[in-house]
Amino acid sequence: MDCCPECAAPVSAQDRFCEACGRNLRVRRTPVGGPDSPAATRCACGGTEFDRDAFCTRCGLARGGGRDRVEFTLPGVAGVSDRGRRRRRNEDSMAFGRVRGRGVAAVVCDGVASSERAEQASQTAVDTALDVLLTAMQSGGDAERSTADAVVAADAAVARLARPEAPELAPSCTYVSVVATEDSATVGWVGDSRAYLVAQAGAACLTSDDTWAAQLVAQGVLTEEEALTDRRAHVLSRWLGADSGTDAPRTVTFRVEVSGLLVLCSDGLWNYLPEPEDLLEVLPRGVTPVEVARELVEVALKSGGHDNVTVVVVQLRGGHGA
Amino acid sequence: MGLEFAVEVFHNEYLAEGADRVDAIVTVTASGDGAEPVAADRIAQVIVVDTSGSMRYPPAKLAAAKEATRAAIDSLRDGVRFAVVAGTETARVVYPTSGPLKSASATTRKNAKAAVAGLRADGGTAMGTWLRTADRLLSRHEGGMRHVILLTDGRNQHETPAELSAVLAQVAGRFTGDCRGIGTDWEVGELRRIAETLLGTVDIVTDPAALAADFRAMTGTAMDRAVADVSLRLWTPEGAEVVFLKQAAPSLADLTDRRADAGPRTGDYPTGAWSGAESRDYHLCVKVRPAPVGDRRMLASRVSLVAGDEVLGGGLVLVRWTEDSALSTRINPEVAHHTGQAEMAQAIQEGLEARKAGDVATATAKLGKAVRLAHESGHTDTARLLARVVEVEDAPSGTVRLRAGVTDADEMTLDTRSTMTKRVGRG
Ligand SMILES: [Zn+2]
Ligand SMILES: [Zn+2]
Repeated sequence: MDCCPECAAPVSAQDRFCEACGRNLRVRRTPVGGPDSPAATRCACGGTEFDRDAFCTRCGLARGGGRDRVEFTLPGVAGVSDRGRRRRRNEDSMAFGRVRGRGVAAVVCDGVASSERAEQASQTAVDTALDVLLTAMQSGGDAERSTADAVVAADAAVARLARPEAPELAPSCTYVSVVATEDSATVGWVGDSRAYLVAQAGAACLTSDDTWAAQLVAQGVLTEEEALTDRRAHVLSRWLGADSGTDAPRTVTFRVEVSGLLVLCSDGLWNYLPEPEDLLEVLPRGVTPVEVARELVEVALKSGGHDNVTVVVVQLRGGHGA
Repeated sequence: MGLEFAVEVFHNEYLAEGADRVDAIVTVTASGDGAEPVAADRIAQVIVVDTSGSMRYPPAKLAAAKEATRAAIDSLRDGVRFAVVAGTETARVVYPTSGPLKSASATTRKNAKAAVAGLRADGGTAMGTWLRTADRLLSRHEGGMRHVILLTDGRNQHETPAELSAVLAQVAGRFTGDCRGIGTDWEVGELRRIAETLLGTVDIVTDPAALAADFRAMTGTAMDRAVADVSLRLWTPEGAEVVFLKQAAPSLADLTDRRADAGPRTGDYPTGAWSGAESRDYHLCVKVRPAPVGDRRMLASRVSLVAGDEVLGGGLVLVRWTEDSALSTRINPEVAHHTGQAEMAQAIQEGLEARKAGDVATATAKLGKAVRLAHESGHTDTARLLARVVEVEDAPSGTVRLRAGVTDADEMTLDTRSTMTKRVGRG
């Protein structure tokens, strides 16, 4: 006998809805609008008390900063998003959910710093896309198809945030998602947020950045080394938003044959770990997805934390189909 | 009580990335014309007069001390509990000769003055013993105002410094006290240490004829004190440390070691008693764990003023970290001013020390620095006292020459008053 996660009423494994409160028991996901910041009830230092001026009674930091650091855990998937050490705001967003008996979907979007309300863009994108992915997963839809639908919906939703009088500042963001079932996974992306596959045998980057530098490397204009230091290294060639012109993600689908981890991240992480081997080297073993995510974020922070950093870790063949 | 307390914090809120030191000036101002005087029967006053052998010469010294003590007795309000102690190598309660403190009235004042008139100078000096006796006399008056006036002309010869320290540690916080040195045979550092511990003032009395007025002012001030035993309560975050807390105005006094724990990450520092309208500055230095650059602020310290468990006022020391060095390198004028005043006091004390030791180069450099700092801060009182010890060639650069034939009185006056600070003009 299980309990309803909403109202704690007893529910059975076969129930699709809670009889007490009507909650959909097959789907569990991060809250729309983003997970509650730990600071809302719990300070980053672990303190849970705040004085009358809303300062943590333990470390003294202001309670605010709702997006400064957020963390969320579901069975088989977890994510951590952190403002980093240099940026004033956390403009990354993450959303993920699982459908009982089907699988897991996860999305990470990185707000483009030069656009306005970038954190709103990324949050809108992850919520819109996840909704599409989970709905399709419940009805057994094709993963590639739903990934493309999710990107189109997210792009349109972000585009609606733009102010007509300021098109050059149109809110925009990157996109990377995964739809993972017991035997296959589909990754889709727009921009330079990445997905890595990590297994016992090694690690691989599943995405290729939509940046001008990456394009020039592909065309043989720049070498890899030149691209790293080129000022266009981070200039996106594709993104989501009013001025994006993006109509589809690039996708890759692969069979999941052994257990492993799928890591979605913003460039705040991979800037410090550009190669799959770098990631493999710092990846903790034998720990839960949330501990992996925390550790990877910690690596980025310790390396300087120049950008927002978001990491979502999905356990492949980790029993999320149950 | 009728007194209201306002706490203001002056500091640069912006810290450079990774910086961990927060300096702030905390100004506490008591106000309220409703400051009713404390009920007379809640005030206990002990006057300690040095009657050691050295008081005999010059003969005017003992006469002046007696006259001043009589003036102090006359200034006691009806109903104030009081006693007079004559200090030698022991302490003798000369009034009342037995029993608890007497309530001031026409009769008791007359009898006390008669007892003072009969004092003779003889014997040694043991200030710790005097203070212990005062403490015993005052111990029955806990909960009220307890004040001691200590008048001496000599060094604490019949006790070791360790013995005096032990007594000071014992009586700290049990009563407040002001010290006055007569003549030039007493030790500035010794009386300063006693006065600091008793959260009171120290001064030199060069003209015994002026003592009566000073005594009257002191007992008057002591009786005006409307709130006794006020403490500054500091909360600091986990991992933070109070580097120091010093009273910075009207005079310097280090309170750092006077901390008494008052809960998690919270400590109380005694400030003594407060009268109607008065204002004091405190220099607080806290070492914190730096937070990331950003607009999220950190409470580096919550400053409260408490009397017992009653909170009388408070302020916040908030900081944030920035990459903008134009913001983080800005020096708060209040902090700069008080840092300068503390440096000036130190330069004076070290300069006089060097002068005594015959180290002309160091004395000239230190006293020159003091002249410059006094000039910069507009501290004309100290500048005037300095000018009696050094010839000032150029105050802005601190160019000075040591004077020959400086009187002991001038030197000791400068030393004693080096800790009297001036406040920054907040126009
Ligand atoms: Zn329910
Ligand atoms: Zn905290």
